[in-house]
Amino acid sequence: MNIIKFLDDISNKELLETKGTRRDSFNQMKSVSKNFALASIPFALAATSKKTSAATMSMSSAMFQASPIQVLNFALTLEYLERDFYEMGLDTAGLIDAQDRDVFGLILRHENSHVDLLKKALGSAAIAKPTFDFTGKGLNLDTFSNYETFLALSQGFEDTGVRAYKGQAGALIDNDDLLEYALQIHSVEGRHASQIRRMRGEKGWITFEENTLPAAFSAIYEGEDNTVQLGINLSGKFPGFGGDAAVTEAFDEPLTMAEVNAIACNFIVGMDCPS
Amino acid sequence: MKKPMINVESFHDGREGKMNSRRQFLKIGGLAVVGSSLFLYSCEEEGITDEEINALDAKGVNNKRVFNLGKGDLAILNYAYILEQLEAAFYTEVVNGSYYKGITDAKEKQILTDLWYHEVIHRDFLKTALNSIASPGRVAPDLEFNFSSVKFGDRDNVLLVSQILEDTGVSAYNGAGNLLESAEYLLIAGKIVSVEARHAAAIRDLIRPGTTYFAGDDVLVDLLGTGIAYDKATSPRDVLAAVAATGFLETKLITNNIPTN
Repeated sequence: MNIIKFLDDISNKELLETKGTRRDSFNQMKSVSKNFALASIPFALAATSKKTSAATMSMSSAMFQASPIQVLNFALTLEYLERDFYEMGLDTAGLIDAQDRDVFGLILRHENSHVDLLKKALGSAAIAKPTFDFTGKGLNLDTFSNYETFLALSQGFEDTGVRAYKGQAGALIDNDDLLEYALQIHSVEGRHASQIRRMRGEKGWITFEENTLPAAFSAIYEGEDNTVQLGINLSGKFPGFGGDAAVTEAFDEPLTMAEVNAIACNFIVGMDCPS
Repeated sequence: MKKPMINVESFHDGREGKMNSRRQFLKIGGLAVVGSSLFLYSCEEEGITDEEINALDAKGVNNKRVFNLGKGDLAILNYAYILEQLEAAFYTEVVNGSYYKGITDAKEKQILTDLWYHEVIHRDFLKTALNSIASPGRVAPDLEFNFSSVKFGDRDNVLLVSQILEDTGVSAYNGAGNLLESAEYLLIAGKIVSVEARHAAAIRDLIRPGTTYFAGDDVLVDLLGTGIAYDKATSPRDVLAAVAATGFLETKLITNNIPTN
């Protein structure tokens, strides 16, 4: 299946079907899923009945749920993007400071592994790698000639990755193995993000929506200023412990698939960004 | 009276021999009457009857010796609350210690200050959340800790313990994810675990600055032969055993029935 069509499909459906229940969405997704050879999936992708009702009841009815295959292909797209980004950066002579090459070499190794794991999990349902444009298309970023830009994009990709995996955890709740793998990747992205942020002089964690990325990427931090968790408003509750700034740092927030795609579209050739 | 023991005991794997396990459990429950420990336990519905739980609660909670960790999501939230209590208590000691007070590097000080803030926030948030969904007897009590083995004036020692706690926190939340039934709680665990991972990387980078130690091969694992690129996902029983092994917890944990699948 064509990656662009895949991403467009799920983004459009997400916008169109925000009132669908999880089960409705799953059924509506069958038309998309039938393009994949389900029988070839090596892991148990079929929902086990155990948690389905609980998950359905506890999910907000306004929340879109993608199928596990869609989630894994969505994650694979982001991992392809990160892998190509670091590979090209490391291949560009003189871009990365000598003292930082080990760090980026390790991160590349991890992203390579993540790509391999997701492809293994998806089998023949894995989408092909799209073509990336790290100049941000019309943004004309000097990504591979200016180390500061490269570092800023690295931070943006890692923080987006953390939010993207978090946003899809609920869609994998019926698949214990896949959920655990996704969580095991998710926290490694968190380690990467922390490291890159501190290399750029930022804190390892996200305060409110603050960031030092190009303005075009403010969406990466939208909603990180949330202070309400499980319906409990923590604002003003911790004056002696860093106040609301620390409250927002203590919790990372998710992004929906559509929100992530609206960021990733800037770097994927042939994928239009929402206007 | 003997000093409370720190020990996690595993009596069965949670899937077989429930009747046998129940008898063993009740024997342990009997021991609680003469011991001075606070016992934490969790029972699946097949393992023990409500009457038996109530009898143990009546005997134990009143004497502050037995606490029912609960079952299902409640047990996992209580488990997270226990881990956050440990972290918060540790960093509270750190910021009152001579190493922290003597730090001259502003960024190093900020990292430890923030970790203290964040863990206190996690702890108090989980306590509030637990109290909003469960009666007081079902929420883990304030635990007592003993950090006498930590040298709070020694940078290396403080950072090493911090690293262990943060790495353990990451693997604990990762291992608890698929034990949660509720997508809302899963999301909350996800919101916290990535912050713990950010902490772990920051502490590791204080130990070996500018190296690959922030996500080192010493702490990550391989999955399906694709390479060492994944955080661990550790079961509650193994995490609690590791916590017990630190000797920091002045509370005996019995976890023979914490959810395992």
